[in-house]
Amino acid sequence: MTAKKKKKREGGEFNNGLEPVIYLLPFVIGLLIFTVYPIINVVLMSFKEGYRLSGSFTGIGLKNYTQVLGDKNFANAVRNTFIYVFSVVPIATVLAVIIANLLNQKIKAMALFQTAYFLPMVTSSIAVGLSWRYMFNTQFGVINWLLGVFGAGPIDWLGATGGQAPYNIFVIIIFGIWNMLPFTIILLLSGLQNIDPMYYTAAKVDGADSGMIFRRITVPLLLPTIFLTMIINMISSFKVYNEVIPFWSGKAGALSNNLYTMVYYIKETFYSKLRLGNAAAASIVLFLIIFVFTMLQKWVQKKFDY
Amino acid sequence: MKGDNIKKFFIYFFLALGAIVMVFPFYWMISGALKTAAEYNSYPPVWVPSNWLNFDNFVRAFQKAPFQTYFLNSLLVTLCSVTLTGIVTILGAFAFSRLRFPGRELIFSFLLAFMMVPFEMMVITNYQTVTKMGIINTIPVLIVPFTTSIFYTYILKNFFDTIPDSLYYSARIDGASNWKYLWRIMVPIAKPSLVTIMLLNAISSWNSFLWTSMVINSDKYRTIPLGLFAFMTEGGSDPKLQLAASTVSVLPMIILFLFARKYIVNGVARGGLKG
Repeated sequence: MTAKKKKKREGGEFNNGLEPVIYLLPFVIGLLIFTVYPIINVVLMSFKEGYRLSGSFTGIGLKNYTQVLGDKNFANAVRNTFIYVFSVVPIATVLAVIIANLLNQKIKAMALFQTAYFLPMVTSSIAVGLSWRYMFNTQFGVINWLLGVFGAGPIDWLGATGGQAPYNIFVIIIFGIWNMLPFTIILLLSGLQNIDPMYYTAAKVDGADSGMIFRRITVPLLLPTIFLTMIINMISSFKVYNEVIPFWSGKAGALSNNLYTMVYYIKETFYSKLRLGNAAAASIVLFLIIFVFTMLQKWVQKKFDY
Repeated sequence: MKGDNIKKFFIYFFLALGAIVMVFPFYWMISGALKTAAEYNSYPPVWVPSNWLNFDNFVRAFQKAPFQTYFLNSLLVTLCSVTLTGIVTILGAFAFSRLRFPGRELIFSFLLAFMMVPFEMMVITNYQTVTKMGIINTIPVLIVPFTTSIFYTYILKNFFDTIPDSLYYSARIDGASNWKYLWRIMVPIAKPSLVTIMLLNAISSWNSFLWTSMVINSDKYRTIPLGLFAFMTEGGSDPKLQLAASTVSVLPMIILFLFARKYIVNGVARGGLKG
């Protein structure tokens, strides 16, 4: 918008009087009650000691934070969440770059392929997760059957032996990658379609082969989109929760606490243990992590003028 | 062009392989729901159920838990949510895009900052709020907290911004009120954007789980994902029945996707990176 035009718009030829209030009222009421107030309140709550559901508390201080940061379950939740984020996002990105490039070719039956690749985006993790749960079954599951065909396995994906459940996290990582692919492919595909075809024409005229075009043109020009997509996916996967629920009927892994994620921890601490102050402190920690990545996202957007 | 044909073959080969992996969990869900006990329990796995019209598992799942109630609850919540959020979003986006009021740009930049706060952080306070409001464990508790969406308002405002000013001025000079201009001119023009918003909203409303699992504790208000969760923890340990119930719960979204794929994909492509 040019400066001149902006000035004209802000002057406004029509006196709207109190009209904006009417249009904004429903929006603002909802915003204040369910977004602004909770944000302020959760910050305050995280400093209130002995805070109860009724609103009473015993003191003010950093006890919630020291308790949460000293909690073994929380440390485990942070560890699991980071392992999840930093394995699911890179793997999903690499796969999505390949698939998006294949889908960007002139191919037949595009609608069919798109439907197949994008379907997991619209379906509930709880429902499809159940199907995955039986696919991961040690004795009867198709995944161990497939491993058996190649002479590997069987792997005790969902179970625990001797107080150890090393394969549990692979279950949610594999499921997480599958869940993340549709969104990632869509974003990368739209990034690919924004690349000026002129570059490809020029490269072909200069006699570049398709491998060279992919490495020298597609990847560099797609890089901003790849970065952004990764950051957005990281932000959303720090909130991993639904992906854990179907496999152990709501428990966090075969040992009931080995697969705590940060959101799982927040929910348990608040909802089952009624330690609201602790849950508030934990959610502030989650927010701070997300905040760092959001700033990174803004920086990338600005740098590449997205 | 022999080389081209080989290249084509590999493209299709890998695309098909990937597509099979993506779709297989859905196939396994539906085929599992149609299998007999003998077929389900055999190993190596039976790939195709002998009778595609064997709905025994569906009938038994519906007898064990009131999935028809869950289904209707989900439908009600989704429809109300899409309508209410749609109206609030249209009004809000119009005000931010078209009406002048002091502090407009400042308020809007604050809103964008709020977008990065995860809903999970607001859950504790919102739980206390809906308890005080007396709507906990009712249908409205699944709708009311989500009527204001900054993200949808942002998408729609951006679209409204692309509608030329001249249209507004000529309509106003012809004597149309803001109200009339919004519903008669802007909303019809913005239909693709609106449909996208409503579809995204319907998907998230239908699949909502974390909040629902906290605020609903009676059987008659359970939605599909919560009903499914309750079924796997307390109702049936029979995988075939769980798969039948899962199939029922994902089917509406699959049908929606088949009909509205372009809207959904475009919406995600446009909204995704800015969100």
